[in-house]
This record gives sequence, C-alpha cells and structure tokens, in this order.
Amino acid sequence: MDWLPVLILGGLLTFATRLSFIALLGRFEAPEIITRALRFVPPAVLSAIIFPELLLRDGAWVTPWANPRLLAGIIAGLVAWRTRNVLLTIAVGLAAFWALGWAGM
Amino acid sequence: MPTHKESSSHSRWREFLRGCLDEAPILLGTMPFGLIYGVLARNAGLPAGLAQAMSAIVFAGSAQFIAAQLIGQATAGVVVVATIFVVNLRHALYSASLAPYLKHLSPGWKALLAYLLTDEAYAVAIVRYQRDAEAGHAPPFQHWYTLGAAFTLWSSWQVATAVGVFVGGSVPASWGLDFTLALTFIALVFTAARGRPMWIAALTAGVIAVLAHGLPFNLGLLLAAAGGILSGMLTEAQAGVKPRPTRTET
Repeated sequence: MDWLPVLILGGLLTFATRLSFIALLGRFEAPEIITRALRFVPPAVLSAIIFPELLLRDGAWVTPWANPRLLAGIIAGLVAWRTRNVLLTIAVGLAAFWALGWAGM
Repeated sequence: MPTHKESSSHSRWREFLRGCLDEAPILLGTMPFGLIYGVLARNAGLPAGLAQAMSAIVFAGSAQFIAAQLIGQATAGVVVVATIFVVNLRHALYSASLAPYLKHLSPGWKALLAYLLTDEAYAVAIVRYQRDAEAGHAPPFQHWYTLGAAFTLWSSWQVATAVGVFVGGSVPASWGLDFTLALTFIALVFTAARGRPMWIAALTAGVIAVLAHGLPFNLGLLLAAAGGILSGMLTEAQAGVKPRPTRTET
C-alpha cells in the first residue's frame, strides 16, 4: 500500500485544524461551547490511546498481574505524577518494562 | 499598520532571533522525542523516506507516533487519517487562542504560522502576546517572533526525527520501543489534565476505549474521545463553575 496519500490527507486535515480559527476570525467568533469542549480533547484522546495499550495485547485482555506493560505503565504514571518530567517518565517506564521482562514476566 | 521601512528589517530580524532563543530550552524535551519517533517508525516497518516525510507533512509528535504504529499494523488508510485528525484536534484550541493576535496578518502569513503551529510553539508565542497585551502595546513585528519560535521547533524536529530514522533500522524490535508510545502519552496526560473534570474525561475515555476496542475502523478511539469530552463538560457544568478559557483573554 502507498501510504503517502494517507499522510498528505492527514497533514491537510491537521493544517486545516490549525488554520481554522486563525482564518475565520473577524467573520466568525469561536462559540464558547466549542472552546470548552476542545479543552478536554488532550486528556480524553491521550488516555483513549493509553488504556488499550496497557490492558490489551492484539485485541485480547491480558491478566493484570502477568502484564508487564500495565505494571510498567503504572510505575511510569507515578513518576509522571510526581515529576511532570516527560523524559524521566519514558526512561523509568522503559527500564521497568525491561526489568519485568528480564524477571521472566 | 504603521510602516517604518528603514529600520523595519532590523527589528524583524531581532524579533525572529528573540523567538528562536525563547524556544530553545523547549528543544531539550522535543528533540529526544523526535529521535524516539524516528526509531519507532522504522521499527514499525515504515520506509525511511515515508517516516521522515511524515515529520514535514503532519508535523505533530503524538499524531506521528500513533500514525506510525497504525501504519505498521497495516490499518486501513481511512482509520489512519481519522486518527491523525482526532489526535490533532486540540490545535483548534490554539488556533482560537492565537486568532485575535494574528487577525491583521496577510493570508500567506496566517497559513505559514498555522502550518508551524504546535503545542510548543503555541506555548511560547501566547506568553509573548499576552505580556504585550497586558503592557498595552502591540509591536508591529510580533509575528516575526512567533515565526522564530515556530521555525526553531520545526527545524529541530526535522533534524531529530531524521537522526532517529537513520539509526532506527538498527534497533532490534525486542527492545520493545513501541512501548514508548504509551509511556510518552502517560507523561503527557499528566501535564494535559488539570482539575477534576479533566481527569474524569480521561478516565471515561480510557474505559470506553477498552470496552469499544473491537469496533471496526478504530471507532473505539473516536467514541472514547467523544465520551470523555462529554463527561468532562458535564462534570464541569455540574460543579457550577465555568472556568473561562484563561488563555483567550486580551
């Protein structure tokens, strides 16, 4: 499959999103309900991606206590909560994931 | 707009450089992220050219991560496009927030700054616009400052992802680097979610995403996003406080 057209379409939609209010302002004010709704997009979308990544493998439920991704993800979550440091969160989470795999999980 | 032809090229350049300098510290966080994207994309099986092209075409970290993974799993093209769109929907918020300050610019400038508009460029630009607005003046070349900040991020992102793409082919899949997607998003959700309504939105979206993962065309993600946004807004309405979007005030 040729993926370039897919990326171009995704890129155009992203560009349109970024341009939207910048181009429209003057003719059209952003309704308050839309700006309020948009504020919830990042937390909603991010965790909609995180949860299945941690809990499922190839579409199937993984037993939590035998799931290194879930445990490492929880450890990473604690680091993120305490430090708000993106790089440290990735580093500790990946180290935990490797350590759990190493310990035979 | 007053035109000061003589000194203007000088002040344009000064504004541009100030934007570059103010953006610089942020690169410490974004460049490793770009590097990881490059490695991840190659691990997911994307050809080097395509992985790098995505940095210029889509130019959005989180969306590139998830798109690379979906492409690696040979997901339908429509799903990849829809996912990129939803993950990048938050940029509409930045667009709305910056719009009053960019109102007077030409369509070309608006398009250029919109293409370069990312979380990190927005964060730097809005601080400047609000500071100037509070001081009660609007220097004529503020947009050159925004361009400097945004361009710095753009070019460093291209370089960082290129390095990642270049070394990516030699990183074995057994390292489990695809897990960095979840880890990165875990880190980001803690910076994005502030206050109870946002956490309720996050939890609701997460649970719906797991329950609805079997739906075709990745509808689970879209459904989860919609459910999360709705639950967050309902919680906020119930609490009775309608915190105004603080960043759009002039």
